[in-house]
Amino acid sequence: MSDKRNLFNKVWDLHTVQTLPGGQTQLFIGLHLIHEVTSPQAFEILRDRKLKVAFPERTIATVDHIVPTGSQARPFLDDLAEQMMSAIEKNCADFGVTLLDLKDDRQGIVHVVGPEQGLTQPGMTIVCGDSHTSTHGAFGSIAIGIGTSNVAEVLATQTMFLNRPKVRQIVVNGKLAPGVYAKDVILYIIQKLGVQGGVGYAYEFAGSTFDVMTIEERMTVCNMSIEGGARCGYINPDQTTVDYLKGRPFSPKGAEFDRAAVWWLSLASGDDAHFDDVVEFNAADIEPTVTWGITPAQSVGVGQPLPRICEVAPEEQTLIREALKFMGLEEGQPIKGTKIDVAFIGSCTNSRMSDLREAARIVEGHKVASHVKAIVVPGSQLVRKQAMAEGLHLIFEAAGFEWRAAGCSMCLAMNPDKLQGREVCASSSNRNFKGRQGSPTGRTLLMSPAMVAAAAIEGHVADIREFAGAAV
Amino acid sequence: MSNNEIKSVTATCISLLLDDIDTDRIIPARFLRCVTFDGLGEHAFEDDRQQDPSHPFNQPQFQGAGILAAGRNFGCGSSREHAPQSLMRWGIKAIIAESFAEIFFGNCGSLGIPAVKASRADLEKLAAAIQKNPKLEITVDLQKLTVTAGDVAFPVTMPNSARDALATGQWDYLGRLLIAADQVTEHAKTVPYLSGFRA
Ligand code: SF4
Repeated sequence: MSDKRNLFNKVWDLHTVQTLPGGQTQLFIGLHLIHEVTSPQAFEILRDRKLKVAFPERTIATVDHIVPTGSQARPFLDDLAEQMMSAIEKNCADFGVTLLDLKDDRQGIVHVVGPEQGLTQPGMTIVCGDSHTSTHGAFGSIAIGIGTSNVAEVLATQTMFLNRPKVRQIVVNGKLAPGVYAKDVILYIIQKLGVQGGVGYAYEFAGSTFDVMTIEERMTVCNMSIEGGARCGYINPDQTTVDYLKGRPFSPKGAEFDRAAVWWLSLASGDDAHFDDVVEFNAADIEPTVTWGITPAQSVGVGQPLPRICEVAPEEQTLIREALKFMGLEEGQPIKGTKIDVAFIGSCTNSRMSDLREAARIVEGHKVASHVKAIVVPGSQLVRKQAMAEGLHLIFEAAGFEWRAAGCSMCLAMNPDKLQGREVCASSSNRNFKGRQGSPTGRTLLMSPAMVAAAAIEGHVADIREFAGAAV
Repeated sequence: MSNNEIKSVTATCISLLLDDIDTDRIIPARFLRCVTFDGLGEHAFEDDRQQDPSHPFNQPQFQGAGILAAGRNFGCGSSREHAPQSLMRWGIKAIIAESFAEIFFGNCGSLGIPAVKASRADLEKLAAAIQKNPKLEITVDLQKLTVTAGDVAFPVTMPNSARDALATGQWDYLGRLLIAADQVTEHAKTVPYLSGFRA
């Protein structure tokens, strides 16, 4: 008999230690990633209760949020950042956890590092005290973001309690038009299903559009599942996944790899797998997409006007008014041509080699508009090294971009990279919340790295499909 | 970690009936540069309060409120437990909202903060009642799953597992997970990637 369970349920069942009478599952966690922001209080809980880390070899730490991407000399200029850095160093040393710190060239944004090292594998349960843990679902794992109390629980027991979510399959079929990227696909899905459409669900992304995506593109899609309200999103493992994992430092080796590959592929949802809900979209309907508001669902195709207040449901109108006011935009106006002050290429959504190569291809031979401050922040030290080996930094620098060290940078406001005042930032990151990029009144327009590159050159939001020389 | 039974919460209420309030707004990221949660209370909604002097969290009549009434998808975005921590340290002991983001909801559970759902219409009635009388005592009853506020009363919902954990005082999840330590060690042996993919 064929297994009608989807991948999510197969993996969930495999990791179920016990189910409580109330329906909660005590779930075994295969990989626990930690970083400096959400872990110090968790280690304190362990100290208070005289507990050890149960499975230190299944726990890996890195530093990303507070890391300065300019001078990284210690002690950091910011005392608080220095304190956090010292805390994770001490905690990892005291509890026997491997820390990929600034001296280790494997350091970087936790959601870039895990996959790059081959730590992230299909069929695993992966948690991290960070909502973008959903990124790791690109390999066909259950990957969810957790709070600090949960971090303590997983450190001490390698398990946590969770309610099994429902699973919604999001099918996108067809070929993406030139100039349309994985980022546009996920922004489009969130625009259609809303920022809370995924609450209570895990998202399975399926269909020919995802089948032909590289693993890096799949990570961009799964990364923003949480922006759609879904705590996790995944894509079934296939040969692309197996090929990506071959030869990575933490991947299985030799005959073990072959056994692993067979098992990984066997996890994929079958054609007759059951889903609680199925939603379908057409790749051909997706345009290069830009957010104009203060939630990731407030977006439009770059050729489209902003919505008119009277056209949206009454219960949405308050939020739209608030967003327009904060952004200083008018209803019905085009997004194209909106002047920007800052261009940011980076974050766990879009800071990998394929993102940097594409952005470099677009800026090559052009100059950043004189009023724009533009920065490129690779997702990890290894990405940075590889990009430099390919000479990408020279292309960026010649165009007027700053080339930085690896970290979260301007994705959020915990390190020196911040917007000032009401600056408008074209950003390849994942959140356009009020104040997200470090200035309480700063404004964020989310888009693909290629679109950020074009906006940096033009000085305003541009349509990548029309951008001179992009030849998409 | 205290482990008290939480069957109901009675306090005055502050309402913020906006939708999609994310955790960056509840506690801006710069305040996450810390190694303890102490002191987060005073920064709850810091930037929103700066930009809007009439923000409910700025208003003297709502200082001391212990129950927060909120809109749809409250606490979306980042997983930072700093968000419910800052609300708790500001004085919030229970939250009634149209809906919650999942990670935020779970974090509230870990801190012993009941997070219950109510209809928009009922939340608006509640907001009107406290607007009229900010000193009105509200009760969130987890056993009856009701909210009462003077002559306003309405039903609320909460998943059984979360409610039972609070009502029986078993929201110290860590303690409960530790009990199964041997079972976990045994279970690990059945996980294919921990056994050379032979399991
Ligand atoms: S890059 Fe941004 S979203 Fe990703 S982990 Fe860092 S701060 Fe979070």
